[in-house]
Amino acid sequence: MVPPDLRYTKDHEWVRLAADEATVGITAFAAEQLGDIVFVELPAIGRSLAAAATFGVVESVKAVSDLYAPLSGEVVEINPALAGQPELVNTDPFGAGWMLKLKVADPAEVDALLDPAGYDQLIAEG
Amino acid sequence: MSVTGPRLQSTIFEKSRPGRGGGKIPHAPKDALDRLPAAARRSQPAALPELNELEMVRHYVNLSQLNFAIDTGFYPLGSCTMKFNPKVNEWAARLPGFAGLHPLAPDSTAQGTLQILWELEEILAEISGMAAVSLQPAAGAQGELTGILMIRAYHRSRGDLERVEVLVPDSSHGTNPATATMAGFKTITVPSAPDGGVDIDAFRAALGPRTAAVMITNPSTLGLFESRIGELLEAVHVAGALAYMDGANLNAILGRFKPGEAGFDVMHINTHKTFSTPHGGGGPGAGPVGVGPRLVPFLPAPRVLKVDDGTFRLERPGERPTSIGRLRSFVGNTGVLVRAYAYLRAHGAEGLAEVSQDAVLAANYLKGRLAGTYDIPYERHCKHEFVASAATIKRHTGIRTLDIAKRLIDYGFHPPTIYFPLIVEEGMLIEPTETEALETLDAFADALIRIAAEAAETPELVHEAPHTAPVRRLDEATAARQPNLRWRAMTGVETPCPD
Amino acid sequence: MPYGPHTLADRERMLEAIGITSVDELFDDIPANLRASRLDLPAGMPELELAAHLQALAGRNRTDLASFLGAGAYRHFQPPVVDQLLLRGEWYTAYTPYQPEVSQGTLQSIYEYQSLLAELVAMDVVSASHYDGAAATAEAALMTCRATGRQRILVSRAVHSHYRQTLATYLSGGDLELDQVPVVAAGPLAGTTDLAALEALLADPARPVAGVIAGQPNFYGLLEPMAEIGHLAHAAGGLFVAVVEPVSLAVLEPPGAYGADIAAGEGQSLGIPTQYGGPYLGILATGDALVRQIPGRLVGMTTDLDGQRAFVMTMRAREQDIRRERAASNICTNQALLALAASIYLATLGPHGLRDVAALGAARAAELEAALVEAGAERLHPGPYLNEFLIRVPDARAIHARLLERGVLAGLLMADIEPGDPGLADSLLVCATEVTTGAEVARFAAALKAELGTVR
Repeated sequence: MVPPDLRYTKDHEWVRLAADEATVGITAFAAEQLGDIVFVELPAIGRSLAAAATFGVVESVKAVSDLYAPLSGEVVEINPALAGQPELVNTDPFGAGWMLKLKVADPAEVDALLDPAGYDQLIAEG
Repeated sequence: MSVTGPRLQSTIFEKSRPGRGGGKIPHAPKDALDRLPAAARRSQPAALPELNELEMVRHYVNLSQLNFAIDTGFYPLGSCTMKFNPKVNEWAARLPGFAGLHPLAPDSTAQGTLQILWELEEILAEISGMAAVSLQPAAGAQGELTGILMIRAYHRSRGDLERVEVLVPDSSHGTNPATATMAGFKTITVPSAPDGGVDIDAFRAALGPRTAAVMITNPSTLGLFESRIGELLEAVHVAGALAYMDGANLNAILGRFKPGEAGFDVMHINTHKTFSTPHGGGGPGAGPVGVGPRLVPFLPAPRVLKVDDGTFRLERPGERPTSIGRLRSFVGNTGVLVRAYAYLRAHGAEGLAEVSQDAVLAANYLKGRLAGTYDIPYERHCKHEFVASAATIKRHTGIRTLDIAKRLIDYGFHPPTIYFPLIVEEGMLIEPTETEALETLDAFADALIRIAAEAAETPELVHEAPHTAPVRRLDEATAARQPNLRWRAMTGVETPCPD
Repeated sequence: MPYGPHTLADRERMLEAIGITSVDELFDDIPANLRASRLDLPAGMPELELAAHLQALAGRNRTDLASFLGAGAYRHFQPPVVDQLLLRGEWYTAYTPYQPEVSQGTLQSIYEYQSLLAELVAMDVVSASHYDGAAATAEAALMTCRATGRQRILVSRAVHSHYRQTLATYLSGGDLELDQVPVVAAGPLAGTTDLAALEALLADPARPVAGVIAGQPNFYGLLEPMAEIGHLAHAAGGLFVAVVEPVSLAVLEPPGAYGADIAAGEGQSLGIPTQYGGPYLGILATGDALVRQIPGRLVGMTTDLDGQRAFVMTMRAREQDIRRERAASNICTNQALLALAASIYLATLGPHGLRDVAALGAARAAELEAALVEAGAERLHPGPYLNEFLIRVPDARAIHARLLERGVLAGLLMADIEPGDPGLADSLLVCATEVTTGAEVARFAAALKAELGTVR
């Protein structure tokens, strides 16, 4: 069971929404699929993202994957720990492995995302 | 293996001692550089290591013994064609007349090499069924770029500027889509059919007025001949696009299928695969490109020309304005091409046809030996390579293809290509080539069958393999997270020296 | 077939095991209408005949000339130990080190190559090799575009013509702009990159420049104001690519010291014979800031399960097999064996030997200049050079041909490589290295004097 207080995309990003600030990362499932994560490429602060647009890239030893914005907004913070410790995405994907924070334009966009049960079903279907 | 076993070595930097070495070059006069402005001169000497020659020789000899190589054992790497590298080719390339020739030497002083290049173009044109060949590209990937840029130039010359897409099957080698991007095209990836071949209908659906080219490997990266290739090529041309063939698998079809005759517009050849030029630990290679008549005007410059009096010359700069230009300095990886020429002259038409026959025969024999122990996703006759899968073994034992590959090292074999193409789960792409004795093929099959049994009986043994290699499995995650890409003399070493 | 092991019995056994009677059945899936016409090639040659044939062809190349030809490929002494080590089958018949446990030889030697070149260029990140200096320069240009998000490259006209042409080809894919920076026409700086013109080219706000490329020494052999070129590039928000010659780096200031962001160059001088054009060694180097942008393989140091030091290809997710259409470059096969040759050469010569190679070349070149001037030639440019320079002689094409008849290869006829540049007509690019002898210099000078009919 994935954390109950988050919402999820079908591309395995998660979102924690508090008022108009959204914290974004990737799920444990995604991190496991990728293997040992070695690098996370994140956007510059101030960049505007549209929902579903690519905001960065996550690299493991043998794979690479695009990262998609779950909601539209402006990047206000990126996780400074990931530059030196990308493995946080493997060890604590829903916590210390967070990737960025967005100032969200329209919080109601979150309704289009999967709830925890919906995401669990997605990964069960494989 | 050497008498004492291969020994890990400290780096040449750790072996350096001030004052060692020397005796190779006469001392320059002390004032030789006085005429140069001080600002341009090096203020801090480069901290290059100083070794005496014996230490240096031991270093490189010992290091070499840590390598697996064709000359030490069987290397069934699918898609790489690890065949014997003939020694006469090394001798030929080193003849002073070839090795010492300057690339800008006047044509009249280079007639021997120019003749080889010209004849090699003819031979490769005949093998590929193409109208003309360029020997300029330094590798297959550079050949791909050459081919796609020629296709681009062709469309532009016809005012056809809307063709911005290149189609590739999902089984393609990574260089294909990477090449398309470098040439300014968008890659459209087309899923393969369940039988592993190109999905003709999916290709038809994707073909259109925005298609510049399709890039096809034939036989495919699964080692299977595309029987519907005629249909596909027709559909491509009807759509106004051109067809590129990735020639990596040419070893399967010498004398049996000529891509140019069948309708491909351009292809590259990997001399370091099909034509035995040595891989050298990652290169050099050469990637000659053959073209049909439509693309001849766009070939890279300079071409090698035969003059009426029977002599040879290089095209002069600007002589053929339609050319796409240069992909590199000088004429090409000529030293590699001399080796390929020697190989081709040694074989002749019959020899080359036998190469493909034996390569395909050996692959099908091995496939038969492994069926029943490993999954064989595609049952039909393969060409020079085939895919086996450990998917069932993984389900029953948890042991993966990666583990099986590492365990093969303990049996004295280099692992096959693993996890390529991407469309096969737990895949191993196995290519024996035509130069391996039957007893080697049998020993390899026996080892793989033994390892499958180990996976069930003693899985930890497989999971922790290799046990007998000079080093065990490596921490690749740390290597990528905290890259240490150069020796730092002043700050010292982070991991202890093996001595 | 010369190298095939299979006897008739072997083939029969394999056919039987597969359950077919003829190998042709394995090719049944080739549609009949697409089956090849027969291969129309001469019969294969047994090795004795092949060797004689190759020997005869090699004999048609001239190896007896007193050569003063450089222009991007150089005659140097190759200590025989280099090739004897290179001929070990474990080096040259090994594959790309994708299975590191059985490739530590190749991997460590590449790490050492990266480290050796890092010392020479004074930059921290060196790729495991590129095809040649021209392709490396083109990839460097593409790096500057990716890193800055800009689409325009400036290259000095004094960079090797083949490199500029290669740049044009590589940049055409992305519809990137390539402009050439002129050289100073006259005066003490003649033949070097025109800094005022460079500044003007950098000043167009509508077309910002991603990278500025200049060579040291430049193609004419002259020393360039590299630090100043770098300042101008950076002031305009662009990056600076230095095209370098590795032997010269033993005595010239390295690119890392004068502010280059990327260094590219040709490693052929490091123990690799000229071979009529290749295989050579593309050098590509940068600093940590651009490490993720560098194309090609990289080898890093790490440990194995037992804590043993080991080497592995790293940061692989940049490469084409993983990134596919998102890869920065399509490069796969590189020039690994040549990087090994360069490493062995550097390990053999050591820092003092390499310095002597560069300094001796400079000394011989000064002797050459004096002798040629005395014979009636004049230098085209007045500025300082290391071991290569342009001379002007009347009717250079005819002189070059007649000197060739006298056994002297009098450098490169510039009209052949730069036919469109009238300022270079009647110029010869001549070069001396540590292998150029006094006798050769005397022969060149005497022949030239005779052809010019100079009486002194």
